[in-house]
Amino acid sequence: MSFRHRLHGKTIFLIALMAVFGALGDVLLRKGMEQVGAVSSLHPAALLSTFERTFRSGPIWLGISSLLLFFLAYLLVLSWADYSYVQPASATGYLFVAVLGYLLLGEVVPRMRWVGVLVICLGVLLVGGTPPRTTEEG
Amino acid sequence: MIARDAISLAVIILAGTGGELAVTRTMKQVGEVKTFYPHHLLRVIGRAFRIGWMWLGLALMTISFFSLLMVLSWENVTLVVPVTALSYVIGAFGGKFLLGEHIEMRRWLGVVLVCLGVLLVCIG
Repeated sequence: MSFRHRLHGKTIFLIALMAVFGALGDVLLRKGMEQVGAVSSLHPAALLSTFERTFRSGPIWLGISSLLLFFLAYLLVLSWADYSYVQPASATGYLFVAVLGYLLLGEVVPRMRWVGVLVICLGVLLVGGTPPRTTEEG
Repeated sequence: MIARDAISLAVIILAGTGGELAVTRTMKQVGEVKTFYPHHLLRVIGRAFRIGWMWLGLALMTISFFSLLMVLSWENVTLVVPVTALSYVIGAFGGKFLLGEHIEMRRWLGVVLVCLGVLLVCIG
């Protein structure tokens, strides 16, 4: 396998992990905060109780773990790939947020948002067609 | 848009992408990760946190995050739209001029499409 192909394979794999864990984290945090409920007052006692309920919520902890995995994948992929490759490519996360929001939270996704997701995917395909690394090693 | 909003917007975008560029610089210094065994990954993370750029990156990302929270307390969420969309273009310029990345025409087109798509998602 050529150098370029090897980089492409693992880059795509890690960016896919970023998109999935980033989106999952986002959706889980939202689900968790829905259960916790809106912050009704800025009174210290009310804030403390919200804080406590937040950190006793299962989805919140799953969401935080998801985002930590996202950050790990992000660090790893940046150890070889360009920032100007990873940043736009990770926008595929918007696709997963829309799909997960629709499937898990039962959200209605407006048509305009699906069009946006499609345009993002086209952009990511273009970026993905360029070599992931354009700088010298070391 | 009032001056206060424009300044906050600039802080959020510049600190956010600046932080990510600093983290990218850190990871390039750590070097390409070739194996993914847990003990090896821990060593990579350890090495990253011993590089000054990593801390600068995290500090900038934190500043960006709290500026966003602050802005959200006085403006509504529509302000997040230009923030998220513009970040892609600013980030590409940062990659080119600060990290020396080569951005060919196809990548620029992709970045612009992503930026447009994010705009549509946010207003959709």
